[in-house]
Amino acid sequence: MTTRVALFTTCLVDQLFPQVARSTVRVLERVGATVIVPRGQTCCGQLAFNDGFWHEARAIARRHLRVFADADAVVVPSGSCVAMIRHFYPGLFQDDPETSSLAAEVGARTYELSEFLATRLGLTDVGATSHARVTYLASCHGYRGLGLLEQPLRLLRAVRGLEYVPLPRADECCGFGGAFAVKMAPLSGAMLRAKVAAVRETGAAVVTGTDVSCLMHLGGGLAREGTSVRAMHLAEILAGEGAAG
Amino acid sequence: MTTVGRDQSPIEFVDAARRALDDPAFQANLGGAVRTFRANRGRVLQGLAEWETWREQARAIKAHTLAHLDHYLERFDRSVRAAGGRVHWAADAAEANRIIGGLARRHGVRRIVKSKSSTTEEIELNPVLERAGIEVTETDLGELIVQLAREAPVHFVGPAIHKSASEVGALFAETIGGPRTDSPEALTRAARGYLRERFLGAEMGISGVNFGVAETGTLVVFENEGNGRMVTALPRVHVAVMGMEKIVPTLASLAVMLRVLPLSATGGRMAEYVSLLNGPRRAGEADGPDELHVVVLDNGRSRILADPEVRESLQCIRCGACLNVCPVYERVGGHAYGSIYSGPIGAVLTPLYQGLERAGALPFASSLCGYCAEVCPVKIDLPRLLLVMRRRAAAAGEAVTAVEQLGIRLYAWVASSERRWRWGGRLLRAMLRPFVRGEWIHRLPGPGDAWTRYRDFPAPPAASFLDTLGDPTGRDARRGG
Repeated sequence: MTTRVALFTTCLVDQLFPQVARSTVRVLERVGATVIVPRGQTCCGQLAFNDGFWHEARAIARRHLRVFADADAVVVPSGSCVAMIRHFYPGLFQDDPETSSLAAEVGARTYELSEFLATRLGLTDVGATSHARVTYLASCHGYRGLGLLEQPLRLLRAVRGLEYVPLPRADECCGFGGAFAVKMAPLSGAMLRAKVAAVRETGAAVVTGTDVSCLMHLGGGLAREGTSVRAMHLAEILAGEGAAG
Repeated sequence: MTTVGRDQSPIEFVDAARRALDDPAFQANLGGAVRTFRANRGRVLQGLAEWETWREQARAIKAHTLAHLDHYLERFDRSVRAAGGRVHWAADAAEANRIIGGLARRHGVRRIVKSKSSTTEEIELNPVLERAGIEVTETDLGELIVQLAREAPVHFVGPAIHKSASEVGALFAETIGGPRTDSPEALTRAARGYLRERFLGAEMGISGVNFGVAETGTLVVFENEGNGRMVTALPRVHVAVMGMEKIVPTLASLAVMLRVLPLSATGGRMAEYVSLLNGPRRAGEADGPDELHVVVLDNGRSRILADPEVRESLQCIRCGACLNVCPVYERVGGHAYGSIYSGPIGAVLTPLYQGLERAGALPFASSLCGYCAEVCPVKIDLPRLLLVMRRRAAAAGEAVTAVEQLGIRLYAWVASSERRWRWGGRLLRAMLRPFVRGEWIHRLPGPGDAWTRYRDFPAPPAASFLDTLGDPTGRDARRGG
């Protein structure tokens, strides 16, 4: 059986972290999926939505739904974008029942990468190797919004050679929060310092997670404090490209 | 607060947050207290199998009551009167203050003792009474501390958790002649001595109400110090100030609230004191007031009730659990929110009560981490409410700069076409490139400075992922790389 999946790259991965998209494709193909990248995709609209601009978010969301309307399964290397599509799209179109029900359908077929691998495909070992001491950042929208924790950790623990160390105070937000990171920059920065300290306590060489947004913020904080800890997306580890990032 | 009349100026949240972040003692005291509340709650809830059932019951009771609030308020009014009390309806803060001031005047009141009440903070009652020449004493220890310090409560469960014991010692020495000590026992003893004579001398006691039972007219007051009992039982006149959403239908529906409120507030299995007050003292009873007045406050609540999109915010039972887990509240405290209602629930309620012109910044004071919704004992979907309030703020042009608005519109336009998306990305990466030092950008000018002030920005790649796949006019592409 071949599984056909459509990759939704997400805006940040597309523009700033293309290696994460390539890693996602590599992992999916390694487990036997056929990956297509539907044309016309851009962004889920979360940035505009979270900042109060629902009209603008609706335009972007409508486009996203059109692009992915026919996909059997949409895989996304971001918990936050999946939470946006699955949980917030239907409400965004509450005055437009047709689009709202399309949103509900697409949302039900849209999966965060670890969720797709572990829950949908029931996998544990995706054939990856790494030799790093790794800790895991549970991004809030994935963790609280989608209930992601067991899935990414299961996949991570099955990586050959990888030493997993839990992150202390893992229930606390890293402070990214989209526009919050710049609108409330001093607060975002204070939350970041606490998360950087937690990562340093683990002695890990790599911090991984399901969202490049939080990882970009945390990685930037780790770099600013002069640490050698790298932030890498889960897909990069599962692709077995231990040194990338 | 020493201010007279409501402060109408916009709440400058970021400035207040910056001041709080720059105060290490404040950070240590507030953060320590909040983390203790959070840990205690977590410890008690661990392995409490009924918790989710209780939460659902508590939510359902509040939602049902709100859906039929007119009915239950009338029932409450009848029940209070039948028990010998009186109900006063106050449309807004000014009317509530007028009613309470009038009662004080009629009874020739010179001294008032109060137990902790967020609602009286909301209506800013104390300055009104003090202007009438009445001595008002807060009797909850934390509330007394902030009153003596001429500050507003920093948290609606722990009003003075931002102060260390030694700060309180210095304050007591200056204000009530207490010992200059950091021993909590000695400080509590000093406060007790100070309060005792005021309890005995007060002609009026003012309390809040945690729940008003429609069926019986019972006023339910939760507290942990016993001061609430003195306030409601010793003076001749008891005035209870209650937001109109505090109603529960029956004593039976109160049962689940008795559990979820203290568990959520402090991790207590039970509040230390729960008083169920039914009317004033009756013939043959040893204590209780001669008169009981209940002031039921609207002050914007019926407007929220009529607004289905945000109505669930009225389910709040003021436990403070959402404050205790909020990473923003933990670092800034309540004062930055410009009202007694702080943290995530305050960021929703204050703009609803006071308008977006004043409080439009508050809904943005959240990373939308969702911890608040996870702990709320009445299951208020706070992230959804924050998002709704952001939409309203943006529509009203509040808390959103012109540059930001332009930026979002431009972004939406770019993201609506693959061609523009690709060219926009190329332009952005080209603009970033001159600032790259090795793998990182350490400093960006203009709006980018808000990012690079606190963390590095990653060096952009040579090409976007979609660019590496080739021509955008082609059909679905197989992967690149």
